[in-house]
Amino acid sequence: MLDVVIRLAIIVAAFLVLPLLVGQTEHKVMAHMQSRLGPMYAGGFHGWAQLIADGVKFVQKEDIIPAAADRTIFKIAPAVALVPYLVVLIVIPVGDGLVGVDLDAGLFFVLAVMGVGVLGAIMAGWASANKYSVLGGMRAAAQLMSYELPLVLAASSVAMAAGTLSLSGILDEWQWWWLPWQALGGVVFFVAGLAELRRPPFDMPIADSEIIMGPMTEYAGIRFALFMLAEYAGIVVLGALTAVLFLGGWHGPLLPGPVWTLIKIGVLAFVVIWVRVSYPRMREDQLQRLAWVGLVPLALLQLALTGVVKVVMA
Amino acid sequence: MARIPGAGLAKGLAVTLRHMLRRSVTQQYPQAKPELPPRSRGVIALVEENCTSCMLCARECPDWCIYIDSHKETLPAPEGGRPRQRNVLDRFAIDFSLCMYCGICIEACPFDALFWSPEFEYADGDIRNLLHEKDQLGVWAATVPPPPPHDPGAPPPKELAAAATPAREPRAGRDVRAIRPPGSLKREDPS
Repeated sequence: MLDVVIRLAIIVAAFLVLPLLVGQTEHKVMAHMQSRLGPMYAGGFHGWAQLIADGVKFVQKEDIIPAAADRTIFKIAPAVALVPYLVVLIVIPVGDGLVGVDLDAGLFFVLAVMGVGVLGAIMAGWASANKYSVLGGMRAAAQLMSYELPLVLAASSVAMAAGTLSLSGILDEWQWWWLPWQALGGVVFFVAGLAELRRPPFDMPIADSEIIMGPMTEYAGIRFALFMLAEYAGIVVLGALTAVLFLGGWHGPLLPGPVWTLIKIGVLAFVVIWVRVSYPRMREDQLQRLAWVGLVPLALLQLALTGVVKVVMA
Repeated sequence: MARIPGAGLAKGLAVTLRHMLRRSVTQQYPQAKPELPPRSRGVIALVEENCTSCMLCARECPDWCIYIDSHKETLPAPEGGRPRQRNVLDRFAIDFSLCMYCGICIEACPFDALFWSPEFEYADGDIRNLLHEKDQLGVWAATVPPPPPHDPGAPPPKELAAAATPAREPRAGRDVRAIRPPGSLKREDPS
């Protein structure tokens, strides 16, 4: 019992700290990539407390709900966007045996729950009673439809290679040569995951310059902050999943397992930020095209490659 | 050579990475004073001793933002001379809420009494406080930097060039004496 409590406490702490770390990194990395300094004042040393200050500001703001909004749905949408990522963290193994709950169908569970996160955006878009929000919500739905397929296909390739759906089981089977073998699937998984998080360059549903933050248009104060937190928690979860499935999770030389997992998550989070700074937003039709013409065939190719190697090896 | 697919994407990533590793150009202004270029136009300074209250600057100013009051003072006659009059500057004020920083007053001043100063931190919460009198303008005169050295390779300044031109030699075969001031020739007596 105590063991479970400790594990859950650690997971909640990680869920609260890691997204803030990613957010602060995004502030600084993005600033320096644009030849700026980023936050420099909050907290004294290079603005380390900027996101805490942001959080305090968000809490103080008025909680506005539009008159025409569907109040109940409007209120629970941020939670629907945020909580799935917390739930996903429970089954992600950080080290050998260091996992909240080792589910047999862990991979299946993770993919299913991550899909729920997108539901939050659709609910928010619909409940806001704002045409831009509805547009954003519909785009989010379209994006979920098209990118869930390559995501699942790429993930299933790893499950096929390991012969199990348990995330810890996959890592137990993992060998270093899986890196090149599953590389294509890894790229597809990461890109599709990026699209599900609606991060640039796949941020058409949010598109602040044309549909003014899409589903989040009408949100203010702490609810808006929860959406932002969900975005960063999503980056952490995507990084963790990619690390576990394709980069070997806790496997690595010299350093202890959990450190390796955190390093891999950190590097992937950096790549997410890096891609955001480097590329312009894709048009809606380009987005759909990339999913159906680009990623789905690549994921199928990876699946075929995995099958062939599996059969040859057996 | 065939184009490598994704080369453009990699190039984009390389550009941002290079910028991240480079020092950012931001100057932390309130902590670090900015390095201003020479002849920066911050504020107009007045050297009061040089001003003759000739009003040229006030009349040239497109915004009419220079206010000058003066009175005439008669100096006591020196030995064997006559009393001289001179202008005494009573008030010289520039309203920087009207000024458009064109610098025409500085160009117009024939006596080198007005200068550009790089001082720029005189913003104020009340627009009426932007009317600065001659004492404040005189304080700013102390912040005027010496002019930067002449650019190497640039043509010499026209004042120096004019001073260095040698006087023309009289043309050969021409009688200089033929040029006389009018009326210097004696009229021949008609009688």
